[in-house]
Parts: sequence; structure tokens; C-alpha cells
Amino acid sequence: MHPWQTEDTGALRHIAATIRKSVVTSLAEAGSGHLGGSLGLADIFTVLYFSKLNHHPDDPAWPGRDRLILSIGHVAPVLYATLAHSGYFPVEELLTLRKMGSRLQGHPGRDHGLPGLELSAGSLGQGLSVSVGMALAAKYDRKNHRIFSIHGDGELQEGSIWEAAMAASHHHLDNLVAIVDRNGLQIDGKTEDVMGLEPLGNKWQSFGWHVIECDGNDIGQIAGAIDAACLVSGKPAVIIARTVMGKGIVRIENDYRWHGKVPSREEAVEFIKEIEYRILNTEF
Amino acid sequence: MPQQYLNKGNKPTKSGFGEGLLEAGRLNPEVFCIGADITASVDCNLFAEAFPQRFISLGIAEQNCVGVAAGLALEGKIPVFSTYGVFAALRSADQIRISVCYNNLHVIIGGAHAGVSVGPDGATHQALEDIGIMRVLPNMTVLSPCDATQTSLAIVAAIEQCRGPVYLRFGREAMPDFTSAAMGFEIGKAQVLRTGNDVSIIATGHMVWEALLAAEILAAVGIDARVINMHTIKPIDRETIIRAATETRAIVTAEEHQVNTGLGSAVAEVAVQHHPVPMAFVGMPDCFGESGPPLKLMEKYGLTAEAIAEKAKKMVKW
Ligand SMILES: [Mg+2]
Repeated sequence: MHPWQTEDTGALRHIAATIRKSVVTSLAEAGSGHLGGSLGLADIFTVLYFSKLNHHPDDPAWPGRDRLILSIGHVAPVLYATLAHSGYFPVEELLTLRKMGSRLQGHPGRDHGLPGLELSAGSLGQGLSVSVGMALAAKYDRKNHRIFSIHGDGELQEGSIWEAAMAASHHHLDNLVAIVDRNGLQIDGKTEDVMGLEPLGNKWQSFGWHVIECDGNDIGQIAGAIDAACLVSGKPAVIIARTVMGKGIVRIENDYRWHGKVPSREEAVEFIKEIEYRILNTEF
Repeated sequence: MPQQYLNKGNKPTKSGFGEGLLEAGRLNPEVFCIGADITASVDCNLFAEAFPQRFISLGIAEQNCVGVAAGLALEGKIPVFSTYGVFAALRSADQIRISVCYNNLHVIIGGAHAGVSVGPDGATHQALEDIGIMRVLPNMTVLSPCDATQTSLAIVAAIEQCRGPVYLRFGREAMPDFTSAAMGFEIGKAQVLRTGNDVSIIATGHMVWEALLAAEILAAVGIDARVINMHTIKPIDRETIIRAATETRAIVTAEEHQVNTGLGSAVAEVAVQHHPVPMAFVGMPDCFGESGPPLKLMEKYGLTAEAIAEKAKKMVKW
């Protein structure tokens, strides 16, 4: 842990609220994008970047850094907000999201030169394979950094995810931690109605992974799950993090219609007030 | 046949790929090879035996193979993933587009079993669309060397000369091995194997040898054909195409691939913009292949020296 990082759950909750506010503001300004998943993942991104990842925002390409691969490119707003608040680039730049000439592409694109971005991604089902490749390279080079691979639950319907899952355990990649955003929702509705994933933990287990489940909106539980995942040896670990899509704004929570929707400017003001109110009342 | 292009003996281009990959592995410790079960069939077994630590077996899972290659490349490795072209270029096309090309990573994809000369395996295993699909992807380099010797140079060049993604196409059947290593291999620079001023034959892969034979047939009837080995489909050698269009009266292209989107299209895209000239295309006429002996199949689908010469004669008269 670096001096600017913290294990204090109260401090992390405040950072998560700040990231949520930036997600809302940047999406309202962009006029299109994916709000629900970005809000649901704010706590996980906060714990990773502000507590658990070994990284240097002032030296983004530092070879010893832990890698974060975002397979679900559509939740780029939460990645961008977290990178900005970590110090990778100015927070004001978040207002350029999805605009012409911006380094903050609708789905992450490395060719636009955003610091801290490991992979251009947006076509679902590809990131775990890339993470496997990075983990294999780290093993070959006898390096100790970890690869954290962020996935959606709907994304797990892609067959290529399970090809990669098979490969990760076959090659004993204990330097790889996958995190599944288990919000139970996807664009068409509930995952279990669209294409059921349960028993999800058993699936990963039978593919040779160590499975950890947690509340993905509980800072303490997320931190504990990541610590446990990093202790696993001989096999990869997956954290199935149960999250609430739209977390932090009561009227959009668990509403799949907010997967690919953004607030109007008026709604954004109202949403930000709610996030601020709830953090003051320590409701998160 | 010009003296310098005598057949040294038939040899599959995939053998050249395997030998070149082994050589590249010796030269460069960052080269990795990914196996998708058909390792020996695509001649990667030489590398796998010599460098077991740098050979990664991933099984029959092409989409994952391409993604893993991207991950290795992000960490500075130079991964070579080879399987049959039909699987490499088509099943994992999305992974190649996003994880490899959009990220502009130095990943080399070997597309084996190119063309109907694959033979008895039939249409499912004969790659006839891979050039078209790979060449439309931004950042991608597409190589299609003409014989085993050149394929060996091509894989080394793909590793040592390139920075971004490369698709390297090669075949299965033993075919004439007629070039020399001394000719070298410069990516993007076509080789004029025979000079001539009546008609230009621009060929790629196995069809380059047929083009040389076609030039002999044409010489016998007084037609002076230029033969160009277009071993790099992308970036295509515009200068050599424009010179052929300006200095000769017609262009005939020849490839073991669909005429739609293949070498012929790539050449036409250049010629039509700079110096439109009558053109004819030798290649697969928008149909699937089938089972049969390789040379019989090439004959059936008009992928022969005679077919090239016939089209060239018509073009010159036109
Ligand atoms: Mg979901």
C-alpha cells in the first residue's frame, strides 16, 4: 500500500461517492453512455485503485504495476473517473467523455493516449483472454505483479470467457484475479431470464478456479475478498461481487433500463444531491 | 523459365514457416508460439520442441488464443499463433479486430491451409476468404509468400521488421520451391521476377509459380509478360502496380483465394485510381472448394498457368 492509499472504510466510502458524482456528471455532459453498471462498480474500483492495486499514477507504465483489464468497456465512465481521481489526468477532462477528439472514448481506446489505460476493449468476452496472456507473461518473467480482470455477469454468456477460464486454471495462473460484477441484470432484463448463469460459483469452481463471493457494494467485504484472492496459490481466483446496478441513486437502483441510459442535466443535479446526502448520513 | 527460378524440389510453404519460426526463436528470445492442438500440422512442433518454455498450449479455442496473444504482446512478447486460416481469420475475427488490431499489437497470426490445394479435406478447411477479411482491418499487415524459402524469410521479417499485427498466409501441399534466400524479403516491396512490356501478371502465393509458367507459354506466342510476386497484400506496393499499369497494356492477377476482396481487388483499387488499365482476375469465382487431389482442384477452378495465359492473351488483344 502506498502512502496516498488507505484501508479506512470511511475514507474509501467518501472516495466512492466522489467517483459516483463524477460518473453522473460526465455522463450527463456526454449525453449518452452507461450509467447503471458504472455506479454499481464504483466501490470495487475505489477499493482497487485507492487501497489494493500497486500502481503509480505519476508513472503509468511502471513495469511493476498491477494490471487492471476492463473487459466490459461500456463501463468506461467508472474507470475514467477513478483514474482521474487517482491522479492519472485532470478531473476536468472527464467532461470530454465521448466527445470528438477526447482521450475518453465511449469504449476505451488506447490509441487516444489516455494514461493508465491498459487495453482498448468493448467487444464483450475478450478481456479474460488478454488477462491470461498478461498473467502467462508475468509468470514467464518471474514478476510478482497481479492482473485484475473486470467482467460483467451478462458477459459470461460469451463462450470465449470459458475458453479463457479453462486456460487460466490449466496454466495455474494464481497471479490472475477475475472480478465479476454480479448485478443480475443485462440490457434485455434479468440475467436469469435472458440466459441463466446460475449456479455461477459452481461453474467457475468446476473450471478450476478458487471462488470468493462478496457484497460488491460493501467496502470492507470487497477489501477482504481481494485479500483472500491474493492468497490463493496454484490456481486463479474469481470474486463474484454481488452489486446493485445504479447503486447510490434509489430511484434507478436495480432498474435494467438504466444500463445504457444517462441522466438529463436536471436529473444529474438531483442525483448528485442524493449521493451527497447519503454520504453525509453514512448510508453507503 | 529464367535460370534463377528453377524448381529446387517441391516443398510445402508450411515447412518454410516452421523452419523460419525456429530460426526466429533462436534469434529473438521474446518470440512465443501458441498452439491450438494442430501444432505439428502447422509445423510449429520444431519451435515447441526447441523452446518448450516459450510454447503455450491452449487447445482448440482460437478466440482465446488470439486474446492470449494480445496479452503477451502487451507485455512485450512477440507471440506467433498459427492454425488453419479458416479458423484464424474467421472464427477469431472479432478478437483480431479489437484485441489485436485496435490495440495495434505485434501479434503474428499464421494462416495455414490456404487455398483449394489443401485438397481432400474439402471446403471447410480450404482458406479462400482470409486475405479479404484480414486486409480490411486497420493496422494489419498481410503477407502471402510464394514458396517455402520465401515463407521462411517472411516469418522472420514479420517478427523483426514489423511493430503491429501481421497475418501470414501459407499452404499445405508440396509445391515448387524456386526462390533463393539471397533474394531477400522486404515487407511491402513486390518482386519483379520477370520483365516484360505487353502484359503484367501479378500473382501471390502458389500462383506465382504458375505465373512464371504462364509467361513461358505467352513467350512462345510472342507475348512479353512481366511477372510480379505480390508477397505483401497489405501494405500493397502501389509503385510497382502503377508502373505495371503504365508500362504494360493489361494486368492479370492470380491468387488461390476468392476474386472478391482478394489480391485482384487490392491491385484494382490502386490501378483504377492512378492509371486504369484492362484487368482480368484468376482466382476462386465466389464459390466454395471441394475434396480432390490438389492439382486437379487447381485445374478445375482455373488456377493454372494455362488459365492465366488464356486471360492474358485476351487482354493483350483487347
Ligand atoms: Mg450485468
